[in-house]
Amino acid sequence: MFHSPSTVLPTLQVKGLGVNYLTRSRGFWARPRPISALDNISFDVRPGETLGLVGESGSGKTTAGRAILRRIEAASGQIIFKGTDITNLRGEKLRRLRSGMQLVLQDPYASLNPRMRILDAVAEPLIVHGLVKSPEAARDQVVELLDLVGLPADAATRFPHAFSGGQRQRIGIARALALKPDLVVADEPVSALDVSVRAQVVNLMQRLQEQLKLSYVFIAHDLSIVRHISHRVAILYAGRMVEIADRDSIYDRPRHPYTEALLSAVPVANPALQRKRERIACQGEVPDIANPRPGCRFASRCPLVTELCRGESPPLIEVASGHSVACWHRS
Amino acid sequence: MTREILLEVDHLKVDFASRAGLVQAISDVSLTVHKGETLGLVGESGSGKSVSAQAVAGLISSPGTITGGDIRWRGQSLLGRKGERYARSVRGKNIAMIFQDPMTSLNPLMTIGNQLGEGMRYHLGYSHAQARKRAEELLGAVGLSAPARRLDQYPHELSGGMRQRVMIAMAISCEPELLIADEPTTALDVTIQAQILELLASLQQQLGLAIILITHDLGVVAGLCARVAVMYAGRIVETGDVDTIFETPGHPYTQGLLRSTPSLEGTDETLLSIEGMPPSLINPPPGCAFLPRCPIGTDHCRKAPPMQDWNGSVVRCWKAGTNAWLPGVMLEPAAGL
Repeated sequence: MFHSPSTVLPTLQVKGLGVNYLTRSRGFWARPRPISALDNISFDVRPGETLGLVGESGSGKTTAGRAILRRIEAASGQIIFKGTDITNLRGEKLRRLRSGMQLVLQDPYASLNPRMRILDAVAEPLIVHGLVKSPEAARDQVVELLDLVGLPADAATRFPHAFSGGQRQRIGIARALALKPDLVVADEPVSALDVSVRAQVVNLMQRLQEQLKLSYVFIAHDLSIVRHISHRVAILYAGRMVEIADRDSIYDRPRHPYTEALLSAVPVANPALQRKRERIACQGEVPDIANPRPGCRFASRCPLVTELCRGESPPLIEVASGHSVACWHRS
Repeated sequence: MTREILLEVDHLKVDFASRAGLVQAISDVSLTVHKGETLGLVGESGSGKSVSAQAVAGLISSPGTITGGDIRWRGQSLLGRKGERYARSVRGKNIAMIFQDPMTSLNPLMTIGNQLGEGMRYHLGYSHAQARKRAEELLGAVGLSAPARRLDQYPHELSGGMRQRVMIAMAISCEPELLIADEPTTALDVTIQAQILELLASLQQQLGLAIILITHDLGVVAGLCARVAVMYAGRIVETGDVDTIFETPGHPYTQGLLRSTPSLEGTDETLLSIEGMPPSLINPPPGCAFLPRCPIGTDHCRKAPPMQDWNGSVVRCWKAGTNAWLPGVMLEPAAGL
């Protein structure tokens, strides 16, 4: 298990992060109104640590990833990267900051420009940030990066169509690592890949983390992969964090009813075990975050729901060392 | 098994013409489905699992052609000119299909009630009112709230899970004996997936439905299926009882697939990674298609292996049952463990 002394400065600290999207409600002339996509999210990521960010569609996990990288503006809260508050950085400072934190995207088929050779695609960030002085130097660095992710040097001269999904994801990782970032946000990096190729990319990410002491924010909905790669795991539901803990405590001793339901819903590849497993039902409607009701967002589907839950949203409370839950009945 | 045989797929071969050459999407696929049985068809993209199901459902159209083998429903062929006519009465009625993407498989311009009733009006000769009444019952049966209100709603008013329930209601409307479910839960969230799988399981018990469940998720197969067929590069490489295959996989590919999937219980071991990727199906080399990625392949494997019995399963491998992925073999170099 992963232990890092608490005196170490976290790579990333997120405090009370909130993100709003503007939407037009009914009618052409209606004024846009804000929808809270992410509400009061807080977590730390330490050097060399992976935080798994889990949630279903609409939970805000991708929004959180983008907001950390300052690709989306935060409506509230603070993002602190290596001790510096970056929430309101602008212009040149923001540009320079980008080299320290990079993004790996889900779809390796859509995220590479089909008309750029791999050399140009991977060298682009190096050129933009002025880190290479000559084409030769760029080529050398690209070959080095490709080697790091397990691709041959001659890959540099080819176009994306020549590569399979797994290889393209390696290229995406090489491009993200070009600027030697401290933090990589990986948004569903293996969901689009076939099962037998997934393991290749997961293993690669783990090896690179160890070699380069990278911090990852690993966004995914596949709970088995998240358990495998993460040190700590945060569960999001409808824009709020419902539980965060060390990997093993969240999987072995989930506290929040949603976490329990989620874990019990994952099918396991063991017929005898899978047939015996009891699923914790969560019926009811998924909440509409455009028209939020007061109280806990999970109240409409929760088996433990009471009047308190419908009236007031539960705060995130630490129930054991490093294990926090937002539930009136479980904290 | 003495149960009635519903569907037999016999050495089926489907080719697709493409500019790059003839794609041999499936070659030599044989399957049998008995009454009330659930068969899992597992494979990666391009393995031919969907093409096999589409062939059964009669959905192969140009540039694809069935170039060999036979598909029989209760002993009678569904192919050829005579088979076509028989097939029209069977498909949609006895054989129904649901697809991966409930967002695109419903007609956005038709109300739920009209879409649901269409099959019953065509196959069962129901009147509009009869079909509407039955549609309401079916929506209730698949667990949709306020079924009467849903009849006049359009697909865009429903969520993904609700649309998949509508698809299932439509599929069971003519009381089929076989349901082909092509990745029915892949586009859905985990908690919704579990609800849909539970629904399928309960429908199977209530209606004695046989199901062919196509998926890439081994966990889904483990929960719902009694038998499983694993496909690789257009061929079935292993088939048998689900417990046997998960316990003692015979084919190196099945072994690799099971060991490269992390478990929810969690281990700190490096995942097994099957290096390389599936071969191109244009002019595939003779012999075993898995050979380039197989850790125990030999020259002998250049000769196509036959399906052979091993430990209660049927395996397409010369070395069926050999533990192909001994610890340390073919793991990622310098993986740190």
